[in-house]
Amino acid sequence: MSIETISLSGRKKVVSNKEMTFLERLYLVAIFKGLVITIKHFFRRKKTIHYPEQVRVRSDVYRGQHQLKRDEQGRENCTACGLCALSCPAEAITMKAEERKANEKHLYREEKYASIYEINMLRCIFCGLCEEACPKDAIYLTTSKVLVPSSYEREDFIFGKDKLVMPLDVAMKNAQLKNAN
Amino acid sequence: MIHIPDFANANAIQITFCILAFITVITAFLTIFSRNPIHSAIYLVICFFSIAGHYLLLNAQFLAIVHIIVYSGAIMILFLFTIMLMNLNEKHEVHKPRITRLGAIVSFCLICIVLIAIFINSKPIVGEYDSTGEDFQSIKVLGKILLNEYMVPFEFASILLLVAMIGTVLLSKKEKLKK
Amino acid sequence: MDSTFIIEKSVVILVVFAVTMIMAMYSTWAERKVAAYLQDRVGPNRAGWGGLLQPLADGMKLFSKEEFIPNTPNKFLFVVGPAIAMSTALMTSAVIPWGDKLHLFGRDILLQATDINIGLLYFFGVVSVGVYGIMIGGWASNSKFSLMGAVRAASQMVSYEIAMGLSMIALLMMTGSLSLREISMQQAEMNWNVFYQPLSFLIFLICAFAETNRTPFDLAECETELVGGYHTEYSSMKMGFYLFAEYANMFISATIISVLFFGGYNYPGMQWMVENAGVNPANVLGMVVLFAKICFFIFFYMWVRWTIPRFRYDQLMHLGWKILIPLSIINIMITGVVMLRGEIAAYLGF
Repeated sequence: MSIETISLSGRKKVVSNKEMTFLERLYLVAIFKGLVITIKHFFRRKKTIHYPEQVRVRSDVYRGQHQLKRDEQGRENCTACGLCALSCPAEAITMKAEERKANEKHLYREEKYASIYEINMLRCIFCGLCEEACPKDAIYLTTSKVLVPSSYEREDFIFGKDKLVMPLDVAMKNAQLKNAN
Repeated sequence: MIHIPDFANANAIQITFCILAFITVITAFLTIFSRNPIHSAIYLVICFFSIAGHYLLLNAQFLAIVHIIVYSGAIMILFLFTIMLMNLNEKHEVHKPRITRLGAIVSFCLICIVLIAIFINSKPIVGEYDSTGEDFQSIKVLGKILLNEYMVPFEFASILLLVAMIGTVLLSKKEKLKK
Repeated sequence: MDSTFIIEKSVVILVVFAVTMIMAMYSTWAERKVAAYLQDRVGPNRAGWGGLLQPLADGMKLFSKEEFIPNTPNKFLFVVGPAIAMSTALMTSAVIPWGDKLHLFGRDILLQATDINIGLLYFFGVVSVGVYGIMIGGWASNSKFSLMGAVRAASQMVSYEIAMGLSMIALLMMTGSLSLREISMQQAEMNWNVFYQPLSFLIFLICAFAETNRTPFDLAECETELVGGYHTEYSSMKMGFYLFAEYANMFISATIISVLFFGGYNYPGMQWMVENAGVNPANVLGMVVLFAKICFFIFFYMWVRWTIPRFRYDQLMHLGWKILIPLSIINIMITGVVMLRGEIAAYLGF
């Protein structure tokens, strides 16, 4: 088989520069054909997803807003080791570590925890390197399935622990599911 | 004899005529006097519109509209078009020598005297208008008159236009390269 | 002139004006909807049911935008430009017969603002004046893009006016009248001019596209080359006026096409309706029919806009001067021969 006849995509078209006939040069037929094509689209089912009401099904590996995990007893996983901040290529993560008090054992899993944990969503590129770097399974981008919402102020995009930590009831539900399994 | 209008008892048509005449004369002068060529073209457009208004006052609707279509709608557009493309500014104004200006003023005054003399000596129309019962605004009547009574001048005019058109086509046509 | 006549005419004028405005407003909505539907989208659907309040929202937005006037040698002309465009767009509706007549309060009311015997020429006159809005605005903007847009618009409209006028002459030879009312009346009972003058209709349609600066002839405002064309420097409601004028022009030319070629307010069986159902129902139905025709042509404008790409400038001029004008002259000759076929046959001795 010669190179001229091979078509890898199967949609190869040979362009010809032949002289157009009079009817073709009028373009009226071509315009009419085009109009028919567009009017067919007019009656087709629309593909739009009405976003706030309908949400497209996201893939399992979709990386959205970060979530700081809790374990089955509802304790925060994060130990403020700082590896996520170190791995972050956009330098979006800052945190402040603190030692766990005796009466806080039910809140934090390990002896050290992050008293402040902030992600600047304007800097974040949602690459997921923090998730890979985390040794304690504390930060995930794939679980929340939430788009970071838009806002008018720059300050509103610095997300603290109030927005990032997984809600307690979700953690409890997860634990129940795990026990059931 | 000069007819002096009675301003105190003027009717609506006379008032309209006065306003229109005022606009016509003022814009015609502004056309000449304004330094910016675009402004003078626009004043000329307004002048044409007021002349169309005069036609309407004479109950010549066909003429009025044709005047607007041809003069304001086509010719002045092309005028504006060329002025815009040439980008004329006041800076480019050429200073004419004094003798030319003096000559222009003298010849203008002479023409004025001749015109005023003609207007003063011309006789006003005596008698009433004849009513033929025909509507001279309808294109049927107009066409019949143009192609019967005024056949020859009409055809001459059309040949003149045709020649002008062929001339422009020839001018704009590219010379074919000789092989 | 009695006072009832003045009241009657003012009411008719007001209604015509309001209808033109509303149609232009909802053309913007329809344009977006049609564009969306032709591209498998749904279009504006947030403001009101199906986005029906969208024109109001657009108007509010344009009114509340910053009014910016560029550093131009003539601010007055900069403001006058959109004003001319808007007023000429609204002036044409005066001569259009929206229906025959209504019988109300014991008098016959003509459904037309004014029936002048040069109606069609009036339309041409107003259209030719409409170029000034674009030219003056484009020049006063003091911007190269605007100037180029204005120059393009002017040359395009002047060239296509010729073909448009010539295509009309063939029609006028048949009708023998310039009054739009008389032309509508001649087309009663499916006696539509489009069946007698199809070529004239085609030329007129193409020229109407060019005159309203619609795609595929929207070179005066083509985004790819001239940013926004003649309205590049405009903002706020002045820009809104330009856009609005375009839609008003579209409505008017759709109306003119329906009146000249598609029978205006006539529909088959109108005479029967007048005799059996009375004057008023027959004419109300006539108006509805006319508006259906107009809406179809507005839709057609949009349909073509979202189907055909823009012409190149030399192609545009080629089409106008070298194809449409000779074609319309040939059409005039054919019409003349057909009209005088009896005399010609007698002369040749058949």
